[in-house]
Amino acid sequence: MNDWVEACAADDIDEEDVMRFDHDGRTFAIYRSAADEYFATDGLCTHEKVHLADGLVMDDIIECPKHNGRFNYKTGAARGAPVCVNLKTYRVKVDAGKVLVQVG
Amino acid sequence: MTNAPFRRDYSLIGRDAKRAVENGLSAAEWYHTDVSRKQMKELMQRSDGPAIRDTAIWLGALIASGAGGVWFWGSWWCVPFFFVYGVLYGSSTDSRWHECGHGTAFRTQWMNDVIYQIACFMIMRNPVTWRWSHTRHHTDTIIVGRDPEISVMRPPDLVRALLGFVGVLDAWHAMSDMLRNAAGNISAAEKTFIPEQEQGKAIRIARIWTAIYAATIALALYSGSFLPLMLVGLPRLYGAWHHVMVGLLQHGGLADNVIDHRLNSRTVYMNPISRFIYWNMNYHVEHHMFPMVPYHALPKLHALIKHDLPAPTPSILAGYREMIPVFLRQLRNEDYFLKRELPPTARPYREEFHSDAIAAAAE
Repeated sequence: MNDWVEACAADDIDEEDVMRFDHDGRTFAIYRSAADEYFATDGLCTHEKVHLADGLVMDDIIECPKHNGRFNYKTGAARGAPVCVNLKTYRVKVDAGKVLVQVG
Repeated sequence: MTNAPFRRDYSLIGRDAKRAVENGLSAAEWYHTDVSRKQMKELMQRSDGPAIRDTAIWLGALIASGAGGVWFWGSWWCVPFFFVYGVLYGSSTDSRWHECGHGTAFRTQWMNDVIYQIACFMIMRNPVTWRWSHTRHHTDTIIVGRDPEISVMRPPDLVRALLGFVGVLDAWHAMSDMLRNAAGNISAAEKTFIPEQEQGKAIRIARIWTAIYAATIALALYSGSFLPLMLVGLPRLYGAWHHVMVGLLQHGGLADNVIDHRLNSRTVYMNPISRFIYWNMNYHVEHHMFPMVPYHALPKLHALIKHDLPAPTPSILAGYREMIPVFLRQLRNEDYFLKRELPPTARPYREEFHSDAIAAAAE
């Protein structure tokens, strides 16, 4: 389980923002926090499979653009209706200006 | 995606509900006007300031008008105070529960939650049930059999629509649902959109509300006066007219079973008082297309994307002038609807998705 995949350049994502990353038929959301840390989750909301990368990042929260469902993108925890199922999270590292995600 | 050759079945567990799921009309990918990520991020930004200001005005006016009504109770001077109190209680709460339910009014979530609970009580909408029904409304907007919030079905029941202005049927159904929920009963239709783990919350809220209304009625009986009910409960009837007046315009007379909000929703220019009561939900196409945008940013969103939307209806009166003839014609032909024309700058409707519906539209 060492499937590190290059997702994007570190500078591709603004601070406190999110970006979509598709790989091998799967879709992920890559986050850059206000503290310049990087995180990754599954890219689709667990409620109705909407791309979270179109949503809003506020503090530790990603808000789904369709129904405003909220997750903590650092832990994947669902933070209230209409989302009830947590997001899967993935390990992320930054190496030589590239954001790598362990997709395995 | 074809229109039913016979009468529409609006039941959430009926024929058209099943058909919408089977033919992909439910949970479909809807049309969105192109907006850059940078612009959308700016529009989506949350702020406590505008909603705190508006809530202070709202609650201040509610308390002042209620106090005036109590002070002048027994004389005709109480009428204008209760007129204002009723609209603030029975109409402005429609937009407050809605915006706070989306979580967009305030940046601070507990503020959204508090106003959401207060407004839900006043408008008599179970905060659990309606959170989930509204979620479905945004997933399947005006999809027959899927959307639980279609206010005027086809063929239109005009008596029911008129009674909505005094809240009679709404309050009756709300009270019936409250008592049923308080007894621990979640209906089959409610079960289609309220997850099982949330159903207990709906029951708990219904029991709390039942206790509040029982206490209010007991106080009225004890004091031998209607006054407690004029303050709690009845304003949902005598103050409902404004939210129904503006609410019917949201989708009334427009297309159903389409996946483009430009076809099934209406943006209406309104006076500033109505926009305050309605929290800018007159920008209804914009709200449905981008529900993440807070009410206070909707005028900016409208300015940004209006080139891609049908021309806004210029006033509430103009909205009724175009909607009422459609309702009357739908009494004879329920497939008839008003097709919103797009400006030359707009991307066209995806006719391949809507051809059957559009064929039935007004010229």
